[in-house]
Amino acid sequence: MTGQVMMVTGKKNRGGGWALSGLAWVVGLLFVLPVLWMALTSFHGENDAAKNPPDLTAPLTLDGFRSFFDTGPWPSIANSLTASILSTVLVILLAFPAAYALSIKPVKKWTDVMFFFLSTKMLPVVAGLLPIYLFAQFAGLLDNIWLLIVLYTSMNLPIAVWMLRSFLAEVPVEILEAASVDGAGLIRTLRSVVAPVVTPGIASAGLICFIFSWNELLFARVLTGTVAQTAPVFLTGFVTSQGLFLAKVCAASLVVSLPVLIAGFAAQDKLVQGLSLGAVK
Amino acid sequence: MTVDTEVRPGRHAAVPPGSSGSLLRSTGDWARRAPLMPALVFMIIVTQLPFVVTIIASFMNWNAYYPDERGFAGIDNFRRVVTDVNTRHAILVTILLTAGVVLISLVFGLCVALLLDRKFRGRGLVRTMMITPFLIVPVAAALLWKHALYNPEYGLFNGLLKGIFGDSAPQPDWISNQPLWAVIFALVWQWTPFMMLILLAGLQSRPLDVIEAAGIDGASKWAIFRYMTMPHLRQYLELSALLGSIYVVQNFDAVFTITSGGLGTANLPYTIYQTFYTAHDYGRASAAGVIVVIGTIIIATFALRSVSTLFKEEGR
Repeated sequence: MTGQVMMVTGKKNRGGGWALSGLAWVVGLLFVLPVLWMALTSFHGENDAAKNPPDLTAPLTLDGFRSFFDTGPWPSIANSLTASILSTVLVILLAFPAAYALSIKPVKKWTDVMFFFLSTKMLPVVAGLLPIYLFAQFAGLLDNIWLLIVLYTSMNLPIAVWMLRSFLAEVPVEILEAASVDGAGLIRTLRSVVAPVVTPGIASAGLICFIFSWNELLFARVLTGTVAQTAPVFLTGFVTSQGLFLAKVCAASLVVSLPVLIAGFAAQDKLVQGLSLGAVK
Repeated sequence: MTVDTEVRPGRHAAVPPGSSGSLLRSTGDWARRAPLMPALVFMIIVTQLPFVVTIIASFMNWNAYYPDERGFAGIDNFRRVVTDVNTRHAILVTILLTAGVVLISLVFGLCVALLLDRKFRGRGLVRTMMITPFLIVPVAAALLWKHALYNPEYGLFNGLLKGIFGDSAPQPDWISNQPLWAVIFALVWQWTPFMMLILLAGLQSRPLDVIEAAGIDGASKWAIFRYMTMPHLRQYLELSALLGSIYVVQNFDAVFTITSGGLGTANLPYTIYQTFYTAHDYGRASAAGVIVVIGTIIIATFALRSVSTLFKEEGR
């Protein structure tokens, strides 16, 4: 029986353990393979990229990246950065006090408010698309990055509230009482007492919001044109591209994914809490 | 839209100490609510108001190409949506796509999470490899599958077939042969890591001392898994299924990119996008939107009930 206990607790195990570890490696490699393939292809010349069977030893070149950057992606990447970063900042500014009101000194019926926030995530984006489009047309906000910023803020605010609430719920009551005895007001308490304690939570909520904003396509596609176009919309220009541009398509996909890849790899543990809306720990 | 959950978790905030006077309490209440208000008001304006307009538009004849015919239409739009063969097909596709992606990636995710719950050399690296698909921008991921993997002439899949079995290897046109499966498979690849991450968090929050005790008492590995691990994982399974469904139901990127809604893969979001963006039939697009929302509410009502159990352990 001790052997089984070892298995469960995941300490030393031989025999079957090796096979399972090997299997884990194989599965991990299978999942990452398409991305590795994309990366390799992006460094191949167009003729080598389209070979069948594939030629793994083909010479490496930056031509794919060069021809991608020749298509002028920078404005759309800058738009994506603007929209993602500004909406993330807005989300945190709105979500942080809200999470405070829902955890540390909870308003009555705070669970109902939490469910309201979650329920807005369940409203399919397409169901609100038409009124938002018509409003944008009416207000002259089509192809305006600020409209996207507001929409991305509303898209991510519920997630951030849920995450931050669970982080704030762990702030020790004593330090809040101490702050209140010292006569600190709400804003002072939030800024000087609570915020430093939950910085990791704010960082992970911000990361998630950034990723979701960066990835968003439907709003961006419908509501932006040439000026405010985002990177994913720019990528859709490759949807119909054929044969000879495989290396370019792969280079484009890789470059546009890079900010999220870097952010995600750097903060894997925070992703877990974030993706589960902070509801599970 | 507010989903009526019928769930009213019992423990509301306790009345704060020192709130005896009603005047004092009302100012106290206000101070409590104030930090919440900006976020709440913002959400109501940006998400609820548009939906009200959608409901109104769904009862109107409203096509941008025929501005003179705008007016009240009653339930015509809904009748047209429900009787339209394409829309009915889109509803079916949405159900198949969502159920397929969520169930398959949930099962894969559980298996991978169990594999990664053990300690072994390079576990961190394997986890990093596993989550990579989730970090690729969805449009980029869809482009990757469409061009670099599925393409019949130079895609990796057929390249591997030829590399292994020689020139006479079959070279199927994956997307044309199985368009819906092509989309599902690409999405399973993206969503398995998501399920895996949540379930792994669940596995690692198991009370290990209890499980060790069970092992010492002679419980078999299967019994421990069946009667201890699975019940503990239940809420994590439900949560990941709920979140996965919310996102996959709305999938637009993969359908738009891989098949452009062709070959019978147009789901409701894509169909609505087309009805509104290409055909400019605002009334009908709105009616279809309302139907999606009703469907989502049905899923959500069941799912939220389980999420509410997450609150029960908290009393703050």
